[in-house]
Amino acid sequence: MESLWDALRSLHDAQGINLVQFYNDFERSRLLRGMWTTVQLAVICIGFSVVIGIVGAWLQGSRHRLLRAVVQGYIQFFRNTPPLVQMYFFYFALGPQMPRIVNEYGIAQPMLGSFEWAVISLSFFAGAFNVEIFRSGIEAVQKSTVEAADSLCFNRLQTYRYVVLPLALRFCLPALNNNLVNLAKTTTQAYAIAVPETLYVASQIWSDHINVLEMMITLLTFYLVLVGVIVWLMTRLERALAVPGFGR
Amino acid sequence: MSAVLRGPVPAQGESGFTATAFNRRTLAFVIAAFVLVVAASEALAQIRTTGGSRGIVDALIKWTPLLLFGPPGEFGGFFLNIVVSFLAMAIGTVAGLTLGLGQISLHAPVRRVSWAVTQLFRNSPWLVLLFFVMLLMPYQVTVGGVTIPLPDWLKATFGLSLPIMANMAEIVRGAVNSIPTSQWECAESLAFTRMQTLWRIILPQCVKRMVPPWMNWYAILTMATPLISIVGVNDAMTLAQDALAAEQKTELLMPMYGMLLVFFFLYCYPIARWTIYLERKYAVKI
Repeated sequence: MESLWDALRSLHDAQGINLVQFYNDFERSRLLRGMWTTVQLAVICIGFSVVIGIVGAWLQGSRHRLLRAVVQGYIQFFRNTPPLVQMYFFYFALGPQMPRIVNEYGIAQPMLGSFEWAVISLSFFAGAFNVEIFRSGIEAVQKSTVEAADSLCFNRLQTYRYVVLPLALRFCLPALNNNLVNLAKTTTQAYAIAVPETLYVASQIWSDHINVLEMMITLLTFYLVLVGVIVWLMTRLERALAVPGFGR
Repeated sequence: MSAVLRGPVPAQGESGFTATAFNRRTLAFVIAAFVLVVAASEALAQIRTTGGSRGIVDALIKWTPLLLFGPPGEFGGFFLNIVVSFLAMAIGTVAGLTLGLGQISLHAPVRRVSWAVTQLFRNSPWLVLLFFVMLLMPYQVTVGGVTIPLPDWLKATFGLSLPIMANMAEIVRGAVNSIPTSQWECAESLAFTRMQTLWRIILPQCVKRMVPPWMNWYAILTMATPLISIVGVNDAMTLAQDALAAEQKTELLMPMYGMLLVFFFLYCYPIARWTIYLERKYAVKI
């Protein structure tokens, strides 16, 4: 590894191509921590948004009109407003209203930090899309299957859990894949509320070393790899979950 | 019988969908939520302040013109968001059409390069592309001795048009591929050249299929325009933060950001509804 860093260092001296984010130990660890934060942010948000999607889709089938209207309002509002403004609303407007707690140094600090607020706002944003996606999956489940479950004395929750949801999940995986990729890309917006994720760290590095182009290419590569990994995992999931009798 | 067994509940007008701008119940929900936020903040402000101070509603009314149209004599506010979205969409559409046609080119190198460009810009985060353009594009260009300044908002427009370009390319490619091969063959038998076939026979048929996803991307683009506030353009988001800094009132935070959300909602929701309507209207019936 050391020889590679030395090679990059001499590349800087000879050609002026400054890959300081790799050969400098401090910058490298900073960048890696940023990337780790992005991955954490993406994974946690994917988890929460899928849960929101499943619960929301279930609530949409509820008997209470008011409940359905609330879910519908949530979906339409979060789908049709900018995610950045949502994030600002959560962090700057809702954040200060939350109670403060005292940390281990005896200093009062907000209960939720910027990372937590980013998780909340991104999960609600992607969750709104997921509800719609899961609903379309549930609609695609054949009525005869549901009736068969009914005839076997499954109650509503059991039908949903054991029959409808497993099938619906499989039907909506392609659409879900799209939305989760989109979510991973939207995590860059956490930059705006100073979450130390990849873009934030990268902007610090390029301000310190004025190597914007090199940093940009690193950034784009990182996100292409991240998106590639998500797509790959989702395709594998799709293949692993495939049930005979549906599709090709 | 349980709700699931009854079949899924029709979401916004699954049955009897009409082309009205708003679903009445959804609009009522959003307006009610906003009014609730304003009322709660107003009550809080009244409790905390001791006379003489301006109320929350007054403050909102006072700042609304600034948020909508920017500072007097300048270019900014929500109006700038809309202008940027129009321009970025126009640039992105033209560039995307070129790139999409490049993807179905007969020359393999052109096809491969177009594919790579599309994938690069389609899979990169918008904010990263925005930074890319803002930091690496010059602040002025000299063409044949004439210096053209590139203001920040114009550079941001270019930045936002990049992802639109890539996604438009995919839409164009998908639409062209969805036209039956027989159309190409018929045109060939009538001695149309490839260029003529494309422009006079294939693309006109594609328009109908491309309109709904194109509008969908317009809505997504409009919702991405507040990103330009991060790179220092005077859009509605920046001005809202300036107004909040000037007022120095914590009670104003929620109503102000809420108002901004409502602005965008009122603009984007009808577009989304219209898109669904057109999608159904143009849907191929099997």
